[in-house]
Amino acid sequence: MPTTPQHLPELARLVDQVCMAAAQRQPLTIRAGGTKDFYGNAVDGNTGVAEQLDPRSYSGVIAYQPTELVITARAGTPLREIETLIAAQGQMFGFEPPHFGVGATFGGCIAAGLAGPRRAGMGPAAGAIRDFMLGARVLNGTGQIQQFGGTVMKNVAGYDVSRLLAGSMGTLGVLLEASVKLVPRPFSEDTRRLACDEVQARALLSRWARASLAVSASCWCEGQLVVRLSGAHSAVMHGIAVVGGEDLSAAEATAFWSGVREQTVDFFAQSFPLWRVSVPATADSLALGAPELQEWGGALRWVATTLPAATVRARAATLGGHATLFRNNPGGVVALTPLSAIQQSLESRVRAAFDPHGIFNSGRMHANAAC
Amino acid sequence: MQPVLEGMGAIDLPLQQRVVAALRTYLPADAVLFEAEQTRPYECDGLTLYRQVPMIVVLPATEADVREILRIASALGVPVVPRGAGTGLSGGALPHAAGILLSLAKLNRVLELDPEARTARVEPGVRNLAISQAAEPFGLYYAPDPSSQVACTIGGNVAENSGGVHCLKYGLTVNNVLAVRGYTVLGEPVEFGSAALDGPGLDLLSLIVGSEGTLIVVTEVLVRLVPKPVLARCIMASFAEVDAAGDAVAAVIAAGIIPAGLEMMDQAATRMVEPFVKAGYDLEAAAILLCESDGTVDEVAEEIERMSTVLRAHGATRLAVSANEAERLRFWAGRKNAFPAAGRVSPDYYCMDGTIPRHQLGRVLGAIRDMEVKYNLRCPNVFHAGDGNLHPLILFDANDADSVARADAFGVAILELSIAVGGTVTGEHGVGVEKINQLCLQFDEVTRAAFINIRLAFDPTQRLNPGKAIPTLHRCAEYGRAHVHHGAVAFPELERF
Ligand SMILES: Cc1cc2nc3c(=O)[nH]c(=O)nc-3n(C[C@H](O)[C@H](O)[C@H](O)COP(=O)(O)OP(=O)(O)OC[C@H]3O[C@@H](n4cnc5c(N)ncnc54)[C@H](O)[C@@H]3O)c2cc1C
Repeated sequence: MPTTPQHLPELARLVDQVCMAAAQRQPLTIRAGGTKDFYGNAVDGNTGVAEQLDPRSYSGVIAYQPTELVITARAGTPLREIETLIAAQGQMFGFEPPHFGVGATFGGCIAAGLAGPRRAGMGPAAGAIRDFMLGARVLNGTGQIQQFGGTVMKNVAGYDVSRLLAGSMGTLGVLLEASVKLVPRPFSEDTRRLACDEVQARALLSRWARASLAVSASCWCEGQLVVRLSGAHSAVMHGIAVVGGEDLSAAEATAFWSGVREQTVDFFAQSFPLWRVSVPATADSLALGAPELQEWGGALRWVATTLPAATVRARAATLGGHATLFRNNPGGVVALTPLSAIQQSLESRVRAAFDPHGIFNSGRMHANAAC
Repeated sequence: MQPVLEGMGAIDLPLQQRVVAALRTYLPADAVLFEAEQTRPYECDGLTLYRQVPMIVVLPATEADVREILRIASALGVPVVPRGAGTGLSGGALPHAAGILLSLAKLNRVLELDPEARTARVEPGVRNLAISQAAEPFGLYYAPDPSSQVACTIGGNVAENSGGVHCLKYGLTVNNVLAVRGYTVLGEPVEFGSAALDGPGLDLLSLIVGSEGTLIVVTEVLVRLVPKPVLARCIMASFAEVDAAGDAVAAVIAAGIIPAGLEMMDQAATRMVEPFVKAGYDLEAAAILLCESDGTVDEVAEEIERMSTVLRAHGATRLAVSANEAERLRFWAGRKNAFPAAGRVSPDYYCMDGTIPRHQLGRVLGAIRDMEVKYNLRCPNVFHAGDGNLHPLILFDANDADSVARADAFGVAILELSIAVGGTVTGEHGVGVEKINQLCLQFDEVTRAAFINIRLAFDPTQRLNPGKAIPTLHRCAEYGRAHVHHGAVAFPELERF
């Protein structure tokens, strides 16, 4: 992926900043639009006060040929700009990423690794960011540029570092460029709403999944299950017949799913600690006595509660998952579920493979082993 | 032949005796093989160009056995090479002359099948097809379907990130595996991924899948199952020119369709398989496409109509749509038996695996045709066209040293061409020992250093499948010196991505 001359100064600036920081063991906080500042732990600076590294000036789409179903762009490119570009060609991201603000960038989206409503949808057009990562160019913790994966659909040469970068929260390096697989927009889409409790909702969604219904998103909250169907016209018509319920107009549906994705629907407008509980879709009810909003067929459960972190995490673990304190941290609670000792040590070693001095976003995910 | 490989050579008999004795303190005698007639069957995988008799073959029956074997091997500092069914096509399971070949074939139980959650928990030696057979009563199956699915194991699939003809729609192994359990080479238990859709740490599962047995030994896999579609139908489309078929592939994708399968075979390939399989292929066509749709009856009707329109508009000279399941399976039988057919028309064949950007299809196939003349060997082509993953089959004779040398050079030329057009040397068969030199071309030194550091993070002793998948910096330096084309390093002008 050639670096065009006009981008060289920007790249050089980033490389210089990292080399300098590496030499001085100066911790860095990688921050672009700052739309996901709330997510994860505060960067602990490891040994000192972290300096900011802003990759936004390294911006722009590098390659996009719609028939290849791939886009390659610089990390600082506004996410909105890319989504507009690909939408004009009838394509989209299969992970329907939340922006959480107008400043969201492509790189920040990948580093955060958060997927939206389509995450657990049926079929090839849905998945997590890691499912669509094809390649990435990274500035590592010693100021070297590494290039993983590529732009083609299947590639098993070398370890699959591009996928690892999704959700690594800037703790491995500065993402410079990425190639991501795109999917065609569905031919047809429709959103239905029906009344049921959470247990019924999960049972219905599980049954529909086993029947290959074209469900591309689900959201249950306060006794209402809202389901989006996407696919071939006939698949959506079949889905409507099975799901029933009442129809949301196209405009209502768009507003609704964007509200769920961006967390602007009423449920999220409260000040309690907001937990993101990720469990197998078929897991029992959390039964924490707190209000919930459930997505992904029941695999993602948002809970607003002042219960102690240990209580929420123990319940999530019992159900086979984990709990992240996503927003409104009352202070003193680590955001991500702590890892087992062996996991933690492997993770630290993998991190050190990229960032031997631990300068990037130290502590943003988990406390870093000393180096 | 390619340069001398690590781990090849004669067996050190005193060492063998020491290791056998240590293993027998824990394992029954019939689980530890070391006599040449017992170990010989393990001397190669599906890539028969490379052979090495292992020092010892061990056949654990349980996860606890695996842990114990790894601990014994660690105590003695002996390399370990994991092996599934040995169908790999890049020499990933090639034994080590001073090492233990760890066969996971006896760990072949389906531990749990949860139809509600649509998951199966299986041991690594379970055959790919056996998972789908176990899921069949629940109307479910395991989607990735390598053509070797009758024989290959899920452990091997995880190690190679294997694909199949239906991966265009249903994803590769990496998209269908939720979690793995296993052991580091030191015998420490590890677990990556979970039944939930994400975890609280780095996605190390992404590194494990496709790591060719160099990071951990996998002892359990949790896979995602998908519902069997009510109906599947396949279009066989004929084209008078290979390029036209390539354009039609791009057009199908551009029309927003993701077929359940989209495969191409050139005329040499259809003519090679037809006598054996009687698939009913159009042997006059320069190339045929197999384009599948699956789903409900209405969905399939809608998609077949849409695909047919696109294929006709892009120069298909003939379209045949499978009328029933028997005919559909017959269309696929030809494609899925392409490798065995190659083995029947030629003493030996060498299967390549590059992936290229779809728009380079015409150029690359043209170049391969020229290479057939240059190396004086035939090379039919079958490929996962929807993904741009090529499988040129170089036909040669292993008993003729000159033929072997030409096949080898032909293969290297294809690998290097794949890199030059912006692709990769391997889409699904892995690097193994076969493509280890070409990794020196595909990735620059700082990137290769990252791979080495990752390997060290999991295996500081470098004893797990050494010499495979990731080249040492030293090997690349040697290769760089030796590998000079017309007085210059190959493709120095290319910035790679
Ligand atoms: C006729 C034929 C058709 C084929 N078609 C396809 C195809 O369509 N698509 C495709 O992708 N491949 C295909 N292959 C290649 C091959 O079948 C796959 O790579 C398969 O996944 C290998 O599985 P295996 O059990 O035979 O593994 P092996 O060949 O035994 O081993 C492969 C690698 O996995 C490692 N390994 C095995 N088990 C474990 C474990 N439990 N833990 C850690 N590492 C392990 C080994 O060390 C080795 O590096 C084909 C091969 C043949 C011969």
